[in-house]
Amino acid sequence: MRTCGATPGGPSLDGVDLTKQSVIQGVILRDGEADGVPNGAPVVSAHIRLLDSHGEFTAEVPTNTDGQFRFFAAPGAWTLVVLAPGVRKELSVKAATGVPTDLVIQI
Amino acid sequence: MSRETALVTTDWVTENLKNPKVVFVEVDEDTTLYEQGHIEGAITFHWRDDLQDGLVRDLVSKEKFEALLSKNGIANDTTVVLYGGNNNWFATYAYWYFKIYGHQDVRLIDGGRKLWELKALPLVKEVPARAATRYVAKERDNSIRAFRDEVIAAIGTLNIVDVRSPAEFSGELAAPAHLPQEGGQIKGHIPTAKNIPWSKAANEDGTFKSEEELKSIYVSAGVDLAKDTIAYCRIGERSAFSWFVLHELLGVNNVKNYDGSWTEYGSLVGVPVAVGA
Repeated sequence: MRTCGATPGGPSLDGVDLTKQSVIQGVILRDGEADGVPNGAPVVSAHIRLLDSHGEFTAEVPTNTDGQFRFFAAPGAWTLVVLAPGVRKELSVKAATGVPTDLVIQI
Repeated sequence: MSRETALVTTDWVTENLKNPKVVFVEVDEDTTLYEQGHIEGAITFHWRDDLQDGLVRDLVSKEKFEALLSKNGIANDTTVVLYGGNNNWFATYAYWYFKIYGHQDVRLIDGGRKLWELKALPLVKEVPARAATRYVAKERDNSIRAFRDEVIAAIGTLNIVDVRSPAEFSGELAAPAHLPQEGGQIKGHIPTAKNIPWSKAANEDGTFKSEEELKSIYVSAGVDLAKDTIAYCRIGERSAFSWFVLHELLGVNNVKNYDGSWTEYGSLVGVPVAVGA
């Protein structure tokens, strides 16, 4: 269960120079919801694939021990594919320099 | 070489967990993964601390490789089965490394750690204690390793395959998108290289595509399999993956991994560089 006070989304951005990097990050949660807000358990062994605007594979990361992931992408439109045991989920996202794209993804 | 001798399935792994002739070795980019859990009985090699010289930019010496294997209880007749995260990138690099030093029986788990996790197969934290051996390596086999001068000479004559992502090939990114975009070297690619990202060879679950599909990926991108081929990426791991596909799964001879890759080539003074798709 994710604690109430935790900041939603990906890992801390301390030390990341957002004037230069276009970050897409987030957390993967399984089940659980309160008042429409996902609050399930973080998924530790999910694999997140980043596809470019042509659907070409660009990168892949596993989630960390808090269920979080991060990509340093170029600005523009991307697709995320979330793989976890028994689950495959696709999402369209945008990346921009300066403003991190920070997601809470429920599976 | 072929799929039968180079790959094992996760089912094979489950059946051979207690096989005394088999040693499972995990090699990851994220070296904390092994501590979080690994296949029962598996040991781990650290891609940098165990497999890089540290002073010179090179593989470790034959003596250091022998010491590493001896210390970990790997004998000359052991069946070494490698696997790792990130679609087996660093595991295929280690596979190539074992071949450089002439190990007889080395294999890769098809799908690697990702498929193991997606199948929710068990991972353990116990680190096995293995009795030491006296491993004797062969002299390096450089017929599967390319150096920069051969790469420059190959421009316009041999197949050069750039296995990085299209954005790295074109010069848009300097590194894979899960790594910070740092590094002072030039961006771009080696002229006349064909961009065939390593990922084309892998299914979404990390397993390799069929031989027919694999062959078609290279041939349709303009690779003449009758000619010698050099594969490169940024630091030589992803290109070890593509070397594995060509040399070990498709049985194509004269395929070399250029482990200096873009971090070397893109820092050389005066060599030709191309940008764009």
